Amino acid sequence: MVSSEEELAEYVVDGIVPGAIVKPHSAEEAREVMRFAAADKLALIPVGSRSKCDIGMPPARYDIALDMTGMREIAHYDAGDLTLSVDAGTPLRQLEHVLAESQQFLPLAVPCFESSTVGGAIASGIDSVLRQQYGTARDFLIGAEFVDGKGNICKSGGRVVKNVTGYDLHKLLIGSLGTIGVITRLNFRTFPLAAAYGGHVASFESAERALAFRNAVEASGLPVANLEFLSPRTAAITKAILEKEDRPVPGCVEGSSWAVYASFEGNERVVERVAQDVERLARDAGARQDEPLDAGSDAQLGGALREAFEWLRWAAPAVALFRITMPRILPQSLAALSRPEDSLRRALLVRAGGVVYFSVMGDSEDEETIAAFETMAKDIFALAAEKQGQATLLHAPLGLKKRLSVWGLARGDFSLMKKVKQAFDPDGIFAPRRYVGGL
Amino acid sequence: MQARQESNYSEGVNSKRATVISSLVRELKSLLGPENVLSATEDLCLYEFDGSVEKARPELVVFPHTTEQVSRIVKLAAKYQVPVVGRGAGTGLSGGALARGGGVMIVFARMNKILAIDLESRRAVVQPGVVNLDITRAVEHAGLYFAPDPSSQKSCTIGGNVAENAGGPHTLAYGVTTNHIAALELVMPDGEIVRVGSKNGDAPGYDLCGLFVGSEGTLALVTEITVKLSRKPEAVKTLLAIFDAIEDASQTVVEITARGITPAACEMLDGWTLQVVEDYIQAGFPRYSAAVLLLEVEGLREAVEAQAAAVDEVCRTCHAREVRVARDDHERDLLWKGRKNAFGALGRLAPSNYVLDGVIPRSKLPQALTHILGIGKKYGFHVGNIFHAGDGNLHPIVLYDPRDSQQCKNAIAAAEEIIRYCVELGGALTGEHGVGMEKNELMSLLFSEADFDLMRRVHDTFNPDSSLNPGKIFPLSKGCGEIRIRSKEATGAR
Repeated sequence: MVSSEEELAEYVVDGIVPGAIVKPHSAEEAREVMRFAAADKLALIPVGSRSKCDIGMPPARYDIALDMTGMREIAHYDAGDLTLSVDAGTPLRQLEHVLAESQQFLPLAVPCFESSTVGGAIASGIDSVLRQQYGTARDFLIGAEFVDGKGNICKSGGRVVKNVTGYDLHKLLIGSLGTIGVITRLNFRTFPLAAAYGGHVASFESAERALAFRNAVEASGLPVANLEFLSPRTAAITKAILEKEDRPVPGCVEGSSWAVYASFEGNERVVERVAQDVERLARDAGARQDEPLDAGSDAQLGGALREAFEWLRWAAPAVALFRITMPRILPQSLAALSRPEDSLRRALLVRAGGVVYFSVMGDSEDEETIAAFETMAKDIFALAAEKQGQATLLHAPLGLKKRLSVWGLARGDFSLMKKVKQAFDPDGIFAPRRYVGGL
Repeated sequence: MQARQESNYSEGVNSKRATVISSLVRELKSLLGPENVLSATEDLCLYEFDGSVEKARPELVVFPHTTEQVSRIVKLAAKYQVPVVGRGAGTGLSGGALARGGGVMIVFARMNKILAIDLESRRAVVQPGVVNLDITRAVEHAGLYFAPDPSSQKSCTIGGNVAENAGGPHTLAYGVTTNHIAALELVMPDGEIVRVGSKNGDAPGYDLCGLFVGSEGTLALVTEITVKLSRKPEAVKTLLAIFDAIEDASQTVVEITARGITPAACEMLDGWTLQVVEDYIQAGFPRYSAAVLLLEVEGLREAVEAQAAAVDEVCRTCHAREVRVARDDHERDLLWKGRKNAFGALGRLAPSNYVLDGVIPRSKLPQALTHILGIGKKYGFHVGNIFHAGDGNLHPIVLYDPRDSQQCKNAIAAAEEIIRYCVELGGALTGEHGVGMEKNELMSLLFSEADFDLMRRVHDTFNPDSSLNPGKIFPLSKGCGEIRIRSKEATGAR
């Protein structure tokens, strides 16, 4: 409980350092901390490995960092039923090893995978690259235990794969950034590992052709796990990352052309078949070059791209990283993003499911750069709204967060969000003002 | 003397209520037109049932055509302090669409238009009264379909599916209703119209769609739904595995699950009920067996062939007497017709049946089936089983005669014991039918005071006066120590 200045500084959230760090080892201990915080009206932020604390707005108050990494027990794993119940502080990597022993896995392939905890992966709401095939966390999170704002240990859902008993409160925890509860345990359905894996990467002279190929793969109905569209700069960064880690770099990921990467899994014959079909689609779309990836190189490239959020947000001294979803990825929409009217550099990554990561990079967090980011953010928020899509800033310099909300434009359902927050956290103990609309 | 006073008092209350209702009827008729308001007892009787064993009569029934009308109905009801309950086709099995608190029943049957279809984005925007199967019919020309397929999909509506978070045989591989809903338009209990979710991509903020889907009409009324459409698989294979021992059939399910094979559907029908189904439908099921598994594998041709071979092998290892493969679409459709109409066929065995809905971890299927048959025997019933074996979603069927009051009591007691047993195994009270007014008193088997406290706060923040679908989900009995057998006799059972 007593912490040095250095330790406290490690728990900083958007420039704000907590007054204390507490590390519970059970849900009961977490509850006691919550009750203490509630009694003294202290503001609390639950944290895991703290790799994604820059998501959201700066907290108005931050007295206690509740470090959940002391809770890392696998409470229940029924491999025969493909269900799992695990403490929030369990590292994803540890979980991966345990599940692999039973030839299973959890499709939470999120950035900062090496350090991330399962609770952090859920609370941050960050994308898993496998969402095309396995859906998002809401599709496989089947229950949760958490401490609410009144300091009670609550649960919802259960440990069975099909369940409509009571409200699905655990779904509200996904992406909630610890603003409605301290997640103490999570229940998932697990998935069997595939017998075979493969991948394919192709490069294109123009964004239009690359996009036509990407959209053709998506429309083909072929089962792809990853489907990533890389702008030349994103490809260049990917290449640099692979080289730095001494990993093989596919020839198509070179940095002067647009690249599209697809990965697939199943039995040997399925992988072979999808590889052939994807290759044909790439050639039909006029790929400059294309190459199949074996399971090994596929895992390397897939692993590097899983980390895209991590390296895109630190790719320059000043970065505004947008996450944009649009109904259809059309060349016009991309052109609107990548029009270079200024000295800022841009990197674009389009994920399966129409999720666009758009990183704008500047050389310093000076007034001019922040002002340029602000203008761009306003344009992008407006563009997303016009296209019936969504746009938020996943990462932004503090200077930018002072000028606008990273959560984008106000939505019509904010009154309902506010009610959810009030029901869970009536006294406003959790991370005040970090969330959508200042919740 | 005292009795007479009470009777005078209650007549006074009743006449006051009658005045309130008749004023409300007048206002609603002028809002919706007289053809869209029912208030005669003989009309209201038709709306006092759903597919459950429960019964409750609304005081009036209205048929709105627009969201705006729904909002105004809700506001009028609030003005007269009369509760409101939404209803689709009334096929629900937990009393979710029954007017437990009386009041206004909003039937969405006339809000039944498909408003927009976006084939490229694979989305459809529909009104709540659209029949589940009609969504698929509207998009199948483009190779798409709406995945959740409750057995009642020819008649149940998407609004009801959303309220109950309905499942179906093919949800094993594709997920239940909530996994296929992108956005909702809601009318809140104060009449406010709000949109949640996002047609495209995830909306920032709390997953409100995830909260409202499956909230059993207790938080808001759903007036428009944006559904996700799925692509029809390239290949499908339907297998029928026939067993001489029910234990072998359930062991097969355990093995299939443990080996990581995910069929699109894995249904079990026991031999006893199967005979009746076959007499009724002639679907091609065997007349003499202990149980069959109806299994479907879907996907790429290469995956389907391998999965079908793996399933076949597991079945044979687990002593299947025979494994048949449907030769064509006709045979396949017939088997599914048999499965989906099975409950209807049971009417031939007993005057009524009580279809239960419990969930257990799949690894415990063999012991569970044996135990449940034992519970039935104890109460003098032969319990049938037609259920979604692949996701551990049991539907034990208690066949009884509702005219025999002892049988009614026993049916309810057996049902309760079976559900308690599911919970003991680490399961849940309901897999797809909902809690409604069937299991609200059993909720304490799973949830603590703290759980209820939070669920209650969530309920009250949206529905503070319990004006929307009162008497559902939450236990009405005070204190959670002892779960009482429902006070209500199953006299209205059918």
